[in-house]
Amino acid sequence: MAEAPGTVFVPRSRLVEGVRAYGLIVAMWLRSTMAYRASFLMTAVGNFAATAFDFVAIMLMFAHVDALGGYTLPEIALLYGASGTAFGLADLLMGSMDRLGRRVRDGTLDTLLVRPVPVLAQVAADRFALRRLGRITQGLLVLGYGLVAVDIDWTVVKVVVLPLMLLSGSVIFGSVFVAGGAFQFVAQDASQVQNSFTYGGNTLLQYPPTIFAKDLVRGVTFVVPLAFVNWLPALYVLGRQLPLGLPEWVAFLPPVVAAVCAAAAGLAWRTGLRAYRSTGS
Amino acid sequence: MSTDTEASTAGHTGAGPAFIELDRLEKVFDVRRRKGFLRGERRQVRAVDGISFRVERGEMVGYIGPNGAGKSTTIKMLTGILTPSGGSLRVAGIDPSRERTRLAHRIGVVFGQRTTLWWDLPLRDSYRLMHRMYRVPDARFRANLDRCVELLDLGELLDVPVRQLSLGQRMRGDIAAALLHDPEVLYLDEPTIGLDVVSKAKVRQFLRDLNAERGTTVLLTTHDLTDIEQLCSRVMVIDHGRLMYDGALAGLHEVGESERTLVVDLERELPPIRLESETSVRTVKVEGPRQWLAFPASASAAPLVARIAAEYPLADLSVREPDIEAVIAKMYARERPGEPVT
Amino acid sequence: MRLYAVVAAGGFRRYATYRIETAAGVFTNTVFGFILAYTFVALWEERPRLGGYDMPEALTFVWLGQALLMTCVMMGGGFEDELIERIRTGDIAVDLYRPVDLQMWWLAQDLGRAAFHLLGRGIVPMVCGAFAFDLALPGSPWPWLAFLVSVALGVVVSFAIRYLVALSAFWLMDGAGAAQISFLAGLFFSGMLLPLTLFPGLLGEVARLLPWSTMLQVPADVFLGKHTGWGLVRVYVFQVSWAAVLLLVGRMVQGVATRRVVVQGG
Repeated sequence: MAEAPGTVFVPRSRLVEGVRAYGLIVAMWLRSTMAYRASFLMTAVGNFAATAFDFVAIMLMFAHVDALGGYTLPEIALLYGASGTAFGLADLLMGSMDRLGRRVRDGTLDTLLVRPVPVLAQVAADRFALRRLGRITQGLLVLGYGLVAVDIDWTVVKVVVLPLMLLSGSVIFGSVFVAGGAFQFVAQDASQVQNSFTYGGNTLLQYPPTIFAKDLVRGVTFVVPLAFVNWLPALYVLGRQLPLGLPEWVAFLPPVVAAVCAAAAGLAWRTGLRAYRSTGS
Repeated sequence: MSTDTEASTAGHTGAGPAFIELDRLEKVFDVRRRKGFLRGERRQVRAVDGISFRVERGEMVGYIGPNGAGKSTTIKMLTGILTPSGGSLRVAGIDPSRERTRLAHRIGVVFGQRTTLWWDLPLRDSYRLMHRMYRVPDARFRANLDRCVELLDLGELLDVPVRQLSLGQRMRGDIAAALLHDPEVLYLDEPTIGLDVVSKAKVRQFLRDLNAERGTTVLLTTHDLTDIEQLCSRVMVIDHGRLMYDGALAGLHEVGESERTLVVDLERELPPIRLESETSVRTVKVEGPRQWLAFPASASAAPLVARIAAEYPLADLSVREPDIEAVIAKMYARERPGEPVT
Repeated sequence: MRLYAVVAAGGFRRYATYRIETAAGVFTNTVFGFILAYTFVALWEERPRLGGYDMPEALTFVWLGQALLMTCVMMGGGFEDELIERIRTGDIAVDLYRPVDLQMWWLAQDLGRAAFHLLGRGIVPMVCGAFAFDLALPGSPWPWLAFLVSVALGVVVSFAIRYLVALSAFWLMDGAGAAQISFLAGLFFSGMLLPLTLFPGLLGEVARLLPWSTMLQVPADVFLGKHTGWGLVRVYVFQVSWAAVLLLVGRMVQGVATRRVVVQGG
């Protein structure tokens, strides 16, 4: 990272400052990780294997059936890979948000508040764990298998939708991580709740929406819009009917939904931080 | 860069707005206490209850009080971590809670118990992060680091992972980390807690030099009266969120009439020790063969020990220094004013 | 013996103090229960008698998995983190000189913890599952009792495995690797992902013989009345055997480790 020349008091965009600080702290964690190289390798492989087992379980299911909820194994692989990759990216970049509660409890959050960089960037970069590349790798492999094995009627639009889906998906999951972190300002011991939406959401999205109750699908479409991570865009790519009778153009909304989620998460974060600074606990 | 010139031209002028200015500062917490399984009780706690004081540039001030008195809450407001519930607050002309990140460039904070250093990395790496994070110009960073390394004796430690440092070494490392961006004011929360005698001396000497040479304002909380004695010309005592005393340390001793305690282990149980002609010595507690004697902090223990050894069957003894709690307790006992003495 | 009862009660109370954490965990277990239950519904709609279970039995299996997840610590993360830390920092030397048996002490504590997790983390998800889905709940009290015995044995096996994982820190100085492997095995071979009766061929036969099957597969089958009479005795023997073997190996490893500490002088 190039050292920007300049004096101390030049105001900069908070976003730029945040990203820069994030990079600086991540670099420190990478160095730390490399101090325990063997441990890193082992946990990275473990991370890969743990997520791989998930898919092995699906493959075992398909040893007994040809379709699940009307979807074939390669189709589910596409859903699984898309969600896994998006979630993996968010987990890599923001996955440490669930440590916020602990920092609040032991008081170490205060040491971050006296630094001249955004707290969100510092918390997000905390304990940056490169081993989470294992999950992304697994997600990409399954996604690759799905894309190769499914007979897709490729169009230019579909080629554009695919990368947008992965990016928007990780922003949506990232927003959930941030909102979960903000929630821990209020309830420090509730980091588990966030897991329901992140890890739980990821598990949910790995299966086609046809197997879930309508209300559940409605919930993850309109309340916590996880359906935009992969279901809606991927079903469009697969040429399938969208759930809940949604029109086709909804499949192009993920970038918009992602932007809204990010804004909402940012707002939640500000509210949480303000609450912390007025209560100190 | 502006900090350089400001710091060097600053004197103890006292005119105009002070460097740190608190006016009837308040912090009220809502505390929920559990009663029974689900019922809770809400209660308001005034952690800081209308504190006012001014600190001029270049002062070294001790901020003391018992646990839970409101010390850390004040420091947290001064550094912008907490938003005050009432009153006003200015540090270097900045409202800390509104412009926390801007203020961060101008202050240094050392939390005694919580290191900000990177556990698994050499000390040097933590400093490199500070360099980048605070955007300290290269030349200035190098000069500051060299100076800290020399005065805090860190040369040998720079390439040692922090987890291998002793507590004293780590504290010195933390203090250096807080100073690399040339802060105008340094807040220290229990900087000598748990340190050995040599480390304590080094830390104190360094802070004295820093204050003398750079004119850095220092505000420290401590439980160790020796810190105050050796460092601070001014001490503020806080209890129950109120400022109980603000003035010279000597005055505090007078107000609190500080006493040391001699713990005497006799060979058997005896009635309370009485020494004729030593009117200032009192036996405050007897527990089996062990007795506690209080004597003025200013007096020497040697003649007292000699007399007891001569007149009583002595098994063992030790001297306890007066602690801040005791001094403050004495302040209450004498029913001195609730108003600050300035 | 009384000492260990006190230690166990302490283990129970210690986890009972984390009320919000428990509530949050129950929420998560319930959410996962729902997601998995729907996938099982889809699967059993295609193959109604898959793995020897009918639909209500399969769904019961899902919710039992969520209820026992913490009790049998199928995904790791119990006392062993603490023990690993004590070994890493050398505090373990103090423990070894205490007049209590290290293994029994931790076992008692873990049993107390498991009892709390069974009540605190198990009941609510199970009740939620029973409200939302048609479950195969035993009508008489005997299967419930038989189930509890089986769960208790599963907890002991789980403890014995995690104890070994923790002791590995004597040699590896960082228990992360062993903990990772144990976590993966627990996830896969307990039946958490899918009942072991659905595993094909040799994989299934081996999986059903490994110690991890005692944590969910066996208790769930006992609950569902798949083992009765001598069959029940047989699975108990299976569980007890694994518990005994693993505890014994733990004692031997502990002995070697103790000598090592003594040689190193702490």
